[in-house]
Amino acid sequence: MTTETKTAPPRQQFKVIGTRPVRHDGTDKVTGRALYGADVTMAGLLYGAILRSPHAHARIRSIDTRSAESLPGVKAIITARELPESGDRMVDLGEGETPLKYIRGNILAAGKALYRGHAVAAIAATSPHIAEEAARLIEVDYEVLPCALTAPEAMNDGAPLLHEDLRTEEFGQQTERASNIAVHIRHELGNVEQGFSQADIIVEREFHTATVHQGYIEPHNATALWNQDGRVHIWCSTQGAFTVRDATACILGLPVSQVKVTPTEIGGGFGGKINVYLEPVAALLSKKTGRPVKLVMSRKDVFEGTGPTPGSFIRVKMGATRDGKISAAQAYLAYEAGAYPGSMVGPGAMCVFAAYDVANVQIDGYDVVVNKPSTAAYRAPGATNAAFATESVVDEIAEKLALDPIEFRLRNAAREGTRRADGPKYRRIGCVEVLEAIRNHPHYAAPLAGPNRGRGVAVGFWFNVGLESSCTISVNADGTVNLVEGSTDIGGTRTSVAMQAAEVLGIRAEDVRPTVVDTDSVGYTSVTGGSRTTFATGLAAIEAARDVVRQMRERAARIWEVDVESVEAESGVFRSKGKPQLQLTFGELAAQLSSAGGPLVGRATVNARGVGGSFAGNIVDVELDPETGKVTILRFTAVQDAGKAIHPSYVEGQMQGGSVQGIGWALNEEYYMNAEGMMMNSSLLDYRMPTSLDVPMIDTVIVEVPNPGHPFGARGVGEANIVPPPAAIANAIYHAAGVRMNRLPMNPVAVMEATWNKRA
Amino acid sequence: MPFKTQVRTIINGEEVEFLCEPRQSLLECLRDVVGLTGTKEGCNDGNCGACTVLLDGRIVTSCLVLGVEAEGSRVTTVEGIASDGRLNPIQQAFLEGAALQCGICTPGFIVAAKALLDEKANPSEHEIRLWLANNLCRCTGYDKIVRAVQIAATESQEGRT
Repeated sequence: MTTETKTAPPRQQFKVIGTRPVRHDGTDKVTGRALYGADVTMAGLLYGAILRSPHAHARIRSIDTRSAESLPGVKAIITARELPESGDRMVDLGEGETPLKYIRGNILAAGKALYRGHAVAAIAATSPHIAEEAARLIEVDYEVLPCALTAPEAMNDGAPLLHEDLRTEEFGQQTERASNIAVHIRHELGNVEQGFSQADIIVEREFHTATVHQGYIEPHNATALWNQDGRVHIWCSTQGAFTVRDATACILGLPVSQVKVTPTEIGGGFGGKINVYLEPVAALLSKKTGRPVKLVMSRKDVFEGTGPTPGSFIRVKMGATRDGKISAAQAYLAYEAGAYPGSMVGPGAMCVFAAYDVANVQIDGYDVVVNKPSTAAYRAPGATNAAFATESVVDEIAEKLALDPIEFRLRNAAREGTRRADGPKYRRIGCVEVLEAIRNHPHYAAPLAGPNRGRGVAVGFWFNVGLESSCTISVNADGTVNLVEGSTDIGGTRTSVAMQAAEVLGIRAEDVRPTVVDTDSVGYTSVTGGSRTTFATGLAAIEAARDVVRQMRERAARIWEVDVESVEAESGVFRSKGKPQLQLTFGELAAQLSSAGGPLVGRATVNARGVGGSFAGNIVDVELDPETGKVTILRFTAVQDAGKAIHPSYVEGQMQGGSVQGIGWALNEEYYMNAEGMMMNSSLLDYRMPTSLDVPMIDTVIVEVPNPGHPFGARGVGEANIVPPPAAIANAIYHAAGVRMNRLPMNPVAVMEATWNKRA
Repeated sequence: MPFKTQVRTIINGEEVEFLCEPRQSLLECLRDVVGLTGTKEGCNDGNCGACTVLLDGRIVTSCLVLGVEAEGSRVTTVEGIASDGRLNPIQQAFLEGAALQCGICTPGFIVAAKALLDEKANPSEHEIRLWLANNLCRCTGYDKIVRAVQIAATESQEGRT
């Protein structure tokens, strides 16, 4: 691991930031004591099961639950009929206005099942086995309908329509005709035709990427108790307790104050544990039975019933002049939303050319519904698909211009002041620094001898988000503090947030005790997503810590009988200006608080501005087996701009994890669908994610271009790292075998086909 | 309702008797009957390794073992890896090396790594990767897990000499 810092102003001196303390929740997680959603239990607990549609597209003529209800141990069965009607209500659960009927429709199918795995009915019983048996006894009469499974297929005239009332929203207008295209967006900059006319070389290529799943190891779960006082209490593993609260309240027609969500430990999310699936169902089953009900998905349910990331069809055309300047860039992105609109084509369109300063750009994005599970976010959602296309074309142009691929990228790299086609002008960003770190890395110049071996590079971008966070800090008499936050901790954010408070308070990270609490016990906090937690909840922790310091200065002034303005606080020591004998450490002052005004609590809420986007890049060496087409990753270097690495080990961890997810996406993972829309590989044996044997060590280089919008310079680091790997690996395969791969995954079959086609 | 069977085992060194249905897996028995929820379920078909335990010293995915099969056996779960109030060197290395993010796969990895180091004190990187290939982790990319096992192996050896 190496860290490179690029700063104009003098470097800040830190005591806690940049160190590597043991995470606060670590001991519970290595001893098995940490409680995850499926570990929740309570007196009188019932267990649920969900009956799911075996068809990708079918009208539900009738549902007969009588024989299931007569099975001993079955306590309740519900269908969509039990959900309150949603009408035309629009709701905003953090990702923009969405018709409630789509959210409701995905919870339990009403009228039609829109994908195989779509929930149709739910059962509560005295054991999970009885609930499963009961599910098999429910008789559903389906009229099977033809299905549309890919974006190009669903966009065709005459394609089966998923929603008879869906119109295309195009440039703010609604089209007349019903369609599977929910949205057509366009971003323009300059004049793309003119830009292409200036080009000496133009490359246009088409790309397909398969539907892939986030692959978190913990299946979705929810336990709900609809209490006799009318309040609903939910325990679940989620990326956003408040999102679950708000979504559940919306779907059940309750005020948000009637729902309390306790987030348990969460076993991975990557964007896939933001949407609700089970929580409202468990709540309704609890209402009907008067007992707590627990629902836990099987792995097959996770694959078939929760949101994967969109498959996509992308066309990218780029033109460049002989001196290596990109003169025009055009993209067509059609993303599969799955059963309901909302495919993340928006972020894809924002990121597709985000690494480059190009004067003439046109980007067209289409959000297309298909008969697959409703898609969800997956780590830099939409950006990986887009970067696979762009970075492959960029590599091809560099080669045709006989330019080093990093040199070509540097000549066109986005910088501070570059305007992105979707509007924003960049503040300080680290695109150039990431490219330079790649070029300067020994890996880039290392010899790569041997046949069927090649090296590839690529870069990627994710804009990151800010959003809302709340935090309180209470001071203990022993000089430690308790920090209360609402951000569920998926990868060590308790510690990265606590470290920022510790830095401000001038105490050790270990002396801050962070706790993630339920929705009744902390101010509103948005999801753990968009790489926002260390940045935005970190900001809230910094502000709350500053509030603590301000109040402690007042207490010191009171004890010393001096003017508060004369009390200074630095590195955990309080002093009275001009009176050196008046000095108290944080711990000494904390011990006196009780007799000097009473308990002390600092608090802060933020709607975080000043978010800093992150660039990432890879150098990857591959070896191709010419007999089988299998691609082996020989060496992998991940570079990313962290702004300022708060806890470098967990920054490296994000980079390594994102890289390996990207490797899986590149080489193996896909929803392998038959013509009827049935996923044929819905197990972890057949949906093959990388194992420890499939990957080498992932070398990391943390670049630090401080984000001016954060007191310590932090940028979110959770997502950008997954963006470049598929393109970098595709470019490496080209240099190994001379074939340009245009389809993900690049599994042995695809690679063999490409090499055979080349020989033919 | 099927009749329940009495099963007598030694779990983490203590005699434990429990009643289970013939169809209940050892995983389900550990979690829902005995109350040891440290062992996790990720797939329930033997492919993710989150439910890894030792059965008479051998690695098994407890979702593929029936509860009744544990009769007369010694079972070691993640709750039995620390001893005398002290973490095992593997647990310590995972903590200090940031070898976990969400932590759901961690119990399985720690039990599997314990079995590896019990069998081979100083495994190579390839041997560690091969051994742990039964356990899926989606967060870490395995780098820090493999390094933690390497460090634990070194420290265990130093501890012995």
